[in-house]
Amino acid sequence: MNWITNYVRPRINSLFSRREVPENLWRKCDECGSMLFHRELADNLNVCTNCGHHMPITPRERFKTLFDNGVYSEVKVPEPVADPLHFRDQKRYPDRMKAAQRATGEKEAMLIAEGEVGRTPVVSAAQDFSFMGGSMGMYVGNAIIAACERAVKLGRPLVLFSAAGGARMQEGILSLMQMPRTTVAVQMLREAGLPYIVVLTHPTTGGVTASYAMLGDVQIAEPNALICFAGPRVIEQTIREKLPEGFQRAEYLLDHGMLDRVTHRKDMRDELITILRMLMHQPPAVRGDLPPPEPLTPAEPEPRQAEAGDASETAGEKTDRGTG
Amino acid sequence: MNYLDFEKPLAEIEGKAEELRAMARQNSELDIAKEAEALDQKAAGMLRDLYKDLSPWRKCLVARHPDRPHCKDYIDALFSEYTPLAGDRNFADDHAVMGGLARLEDRPVMVIGQEKGHDTKSRIERNFGMARPEGYRKAIRLMEMAHRFGLPVITLVDTPGAYPGKGAEERGQSEAIARATQKCLEIGVPLVSVIIGEGGSGGAVALATANRVAMLEHSVYSVISPEGCASILWKDAEKMREAAEALRLTAQDLRKLGVIDRIIDEPLGGAQRGREETMAAVGAALEAMLGEIEGKAPDKLVSDRQRKFLEMGKKGLAA
Repeated sequence: MNWITNYVRPRINSLFSRREVPENLWRKCDECGSMLFHRELADNLNVCTNCGHHMPITPRERFKTLFDNGVYSEVKVPEPVADPLHFRDQKRYPDRMKAAQRATGEKEAMLIAEGEVGRTPVVSAAQDFSFMGGSMGMYVGNAIIAACERAVKLGRPLVLFSAAGGARMQEGILSLMQMPRTTVAVQMLREAGLPYIVVLTHPTTGGVTASYAMLGDVQIAEPNALICFAGPRVIEQTIREKLPEGFQRAEYLLDHGMLDRVTHRKDMRDELITILRMLMHQPPAVRGDLPPPEPLTPAEPEPRQAEAGDASETAGEKTDRGTG
Repeated sequence: MNYLDFEKPLAEIEGKAEELRAMARQNSELDIAKEAEALDQKAAGMLRDLYKDLSPWRKCLVARHPDRPHCKDYIDALFSEYTPLAGDRNFADDHAVMGGLARLEDRPVMVIGQEKGHDTKSRIERNFGMARPEGYRKAIRLMEMAHRFGLPVITLVDTPGAYPGKGAEERGQSEAIARATQKCLEIGVPLVSVIIGEGGSGGAVALATANRVAMLEHSVYSVISPEGCASILWKDAEKMREAAEALRLTAQDLRKLGVIDRIIDEPLGGAQRGREETMAAVGAALEAMLGEIEGKAPDKLVSDRQRKFLEMGKKGLAA
């Protein structure tokens, strides 16, 4: 018995054995605890096949199922100043960022895309709860502003999927300032007369709920999503009593008049198409044979050098027509 | 006089000086002038040292000091003909938010602010300055009215945060805050705001999304309380000193970050040691800030305000 057998060998073994068995073949449902096979779960849009619990879904997975044939192009988000406050708690903020980037493969907690949903051109924003709890800092603010500006420029509606613990504390007051900043962005849509639809997913809390996530023309939530300003634990500590079952869940908010609808993830796309087409004064969607959208590719005012976004968007339209 | 924990040594000396004077009053033969003066001088020196370089956490304590002038004090001191307007026309009147018509130097304005209360009874009535959705909806209503009648809006911010309660959540706390922020950004009249004590997160933003924002020298404005931040990031609420440091919640840091426009000096030892002086300084700052924007066209006021917040945060603190 020595240092090598005790420490080094198990480490080496564990390194190799980890490669042999992929960790994420099975996932446990957060609600009912069932073990779900990853492929089956993905096919069911990350909704538990046993209890119907809506588990978090990454922006990329979301966009893949939202846009026609899964085709979309990303909208570029201006980079903010990194670590503006030189924040350090037990770890440095840049280190926490790097860890989150490594774990998710994403740059930040929000992704913006444009494409077509049921032949209706839209801009969409999705928040990534797996990236530092989806927290809202300068980047998320910039992303929402970019999404609104893009939507206004193209005359498209914005569909936003929220998921966040709240503001990003590591950006201090600047994260708080994203509340007015994103509200200004939403104002741009209002002034342009464009629909802004918010889909609240589990969980959406804190400063995010108290700004852009509550300002939609239509407010839809996924079933059982926690949606609140102050979290249940904070409230229990403040009022010192147990909260009722289902408190601050989507259905509870619907009952209290804070939402328009609670919609299952598998029905979400169809519902969005229905609502968006009415708000955009388009004819009803005919499943399987939808007419192409009004502005066809030749309607482009001048043959300019297409931006990165535009290029893939036209590619998307082509694929769409090819298979549609 | 209420003393904060870190002022304890000062309390002792000032107490001794007071005792000495009391003794002298009873016994006119005692000559204490010299001794009392020495104590006074020592106290003054100590006060200067204590407040010379207040740590962020101590600033939080000063910002929460019970003897600081509160919203109602400012309204009484700086405005005339204050006519409170109540209710959100929907559910209730929230006493944590007070507001109404008033005159500032003869000019009619709409003044709105959070009031914490000054004793147990009024603190409970005011819910310690923690507004419920009704409070924000009342503020929205008053801002809308000011907009319609072309009255400048002045907001005085002093809240630990929006109230985290069951009813508040049920009635849409987050929606009320979001709509209040939105209203701040919409109104075509001058909107100026002063953080007079605590600027607690979303509950403060809802009233402070203004053309001009000032902070008193020892007030704080933050996304989360240092205690809350410490318990989440340090997993230990006792680390509030570190959290206060990291959050950059002082007026001085926020000025550097471009989040606020001006700092209003407080008397030595904080607003609680010179209430009249502090309130007069706030009055002068309000006058100056209004002077900068009064007369601008409604559209311009709105677009300036929106651009101000869109461009906020472009630069961080220097390394």
